[in-house]
Amino acid sequence: MIYDLEYETMPREGLEAIQLRRLQATAERVYATVPFYRKKFQEAGVVPGDIRSLSDIQKLPFTTKQDLRENYPYGMFAVPMDNVVRIHASSGTTGQPTVVGYTARDVNTWATLMARALAAGGATRGDIIHNAYGYGLFTGGLGVHYGAEKMGASVIPVSGGNTKRQIIIMRDFGPTILTATPSYTLHLAEVAEEMGISFQKLSLKFGIFGAEPWSEEMRNEIERKLNLTAVDIYGLSEVLGPGVSIECHEAKKGLHIAEDHFIAEIIDPNTGEALPYGSVGELVFTSVTKEAFPVVRYRTRDITSINPEPCICGRTLVRMNKVSGRTDDMLIIRGVNVFPSQIESVLMETEGVEPHYQLVVDRQENLDMLTVMVEVGEQAFSDTIKPLQDLESKIARNIKETIGVTARVKLVEPKTIARSQGKAVRVIDNRKI
Amino acid sequence: MRAEQISIFLENKSGRLAEVTEILSRAGVNIRALSLADTSDFGVLRIIVDDNDTAKSSLKERGFTVGKTNVVAVEVPDRPGGLFSILDLLSKGRVNVEYMYAFVRQSGENAVMIFRFDNTDEAIKLLQENGFTVIEGKKLYTL
Repeated sequence: MIYDLEYETMPREGLEAIQLRRLQATAERVYATVPFYRKKFQEAGVVPGDIRSLSDIQKLPFTTKQDLRENYPYGMFAVPMDNVVRIHASSGTTGQPTVVGYTARDVNTWATLMARALAAGGATRGDIIHNAYGYGLFTGGLGVHYGAEKMGASVIPVSGGNTKRQIIIMRDFGPTILTATPSYTLHLAEVAEEMGISFQKLSLKFGIFGAEPWSEEMRNEIERKLNLTAVDIYGLSEVLGPGVSIECHEAKKGLHIAEDHFIAEIIDPNTGEALPYGSVGELVFTSVTKEAFPVVRYRTRDITSINPEPCICGRTLVRMNKVSGRTDDMLIIRGVNVFPSQIESVLMETEGVEPHYQLVVDRQENLDMLTVMVEVGEQAFSDTIKPLQDLESKIARNIKETIGVTARVKLVEPKTIARSQGKAVRVIDNRKI
Repeated sequence: MRAEQISIFLENKSGRLAEVTEILSRAGVNIRALSLADTSDFGVLRIIVDDNDTAKSSLKERGFTVGKTNVVAVEVPDRPGGLFSILDLLSKGRVNVEYMYAFVRQSGENAVMIFRFDNTDEAIKLLQENGFTVIEGKKLYTL
């Protein structure tokens, strides 16, 4: 079902006219209200009046995660706090989160886009949605929740964790739609099997999965094990949250971008040059309707390409392909963004630990497992086992507390972590994504 | 009256122990006693050798993390209750044993055990006051 027939199937010409009008208004507004943007525009020698066509967007300066950090917490807000009704945050590279705000209208826009996304993924107002995305500062839980209510479906706000109870709820409440991260979904499948509950007997029809990269093979496995149709959803809090783009269950081939709200570009991450449709590069978003937290040419650091071909579902919105990687070293561990530099600062604060470490990511029993290998120098070494084990658990505890991710810490011998050309290989990602 | 022990951090990987013994062998160092404590991931090898400095420097050269610890070598009466008499004495004196292991000797009436105490000085004092023989490091390495 297409939730918003007018906008989702609009002829390109009309859509582009709307995009241009909204882009011009956004440029005017951020120039007038956000000192950061005014300065950036001035440095680039551009004024809002220079935007006369959609391709003029290339005249505007980029915004990076670093810019958001430097304006922590509210420096990028384009409205007074009086008008902000919601605040979310995502984890940052140095323990400093990125804070985003929403006006009442933003919350409504987001709910509409999530209603569109849920509909594209197979949901209707008659469905019961089991929402296992985490509720809280993370945008996943509340994003799906508001979208579900907007479309008139029933939503079970189960959030993450307590897996056995989730299975019982699935059996007893009869949800027809599941929303969760793909890795947690496979974990649900395993726990259900252990409990002797078969998904073949449950009522699930569709699943809308995202917040972490996943492969086509994983989709097949999820569809087989949970007996449902699985689609991919994409979003990031800096731009909106979930609902920026969504796969339709008809094609399951690329995610339709909500282009009436976000202008997507693919750029060469090294030169910043805009690339044509079909080229692989860094995804860049400009929000054109957001009030509280508009972003201009925000560099997502996600690597993908855009496919403008018409889709069998009838939507005229372009599709982005599955994200194939990152331009930085960010890892997504069970939906939590983790930068190696965050782990490094935890280690540096731990007495006796050498600054030589390596992160190994595996997927065991469908759950991401982060192992932090730490070299043991003479300072940390002891002739008895207990202080060494205490050191392992202390590091693991500090990582959990500061970054929010569970890690296994493994002490290794000095010089065993490969040092290539003076720069250590910090991350080994064994997940097949 | 203390003796020196060398400890080495080892990952649980095949061939690590062999490598340590190879290094010591090439350096002409003789291992007199040994114990290995391990977890699923790593182990700590503790050795008494006849040349601490050479052992330590040759291992460090090859990238091992090496530590030095003071331990106490005690003659244990070779009869039922021999070890108990020592442990009982220390327990009453509130000295804890972190770990201990046997020292191999070719001859002699008594066994020799290597002890790591939480309070080495107090342990030595107690043992000597009660007539036990604590073997000095220098003598131990060539025993």
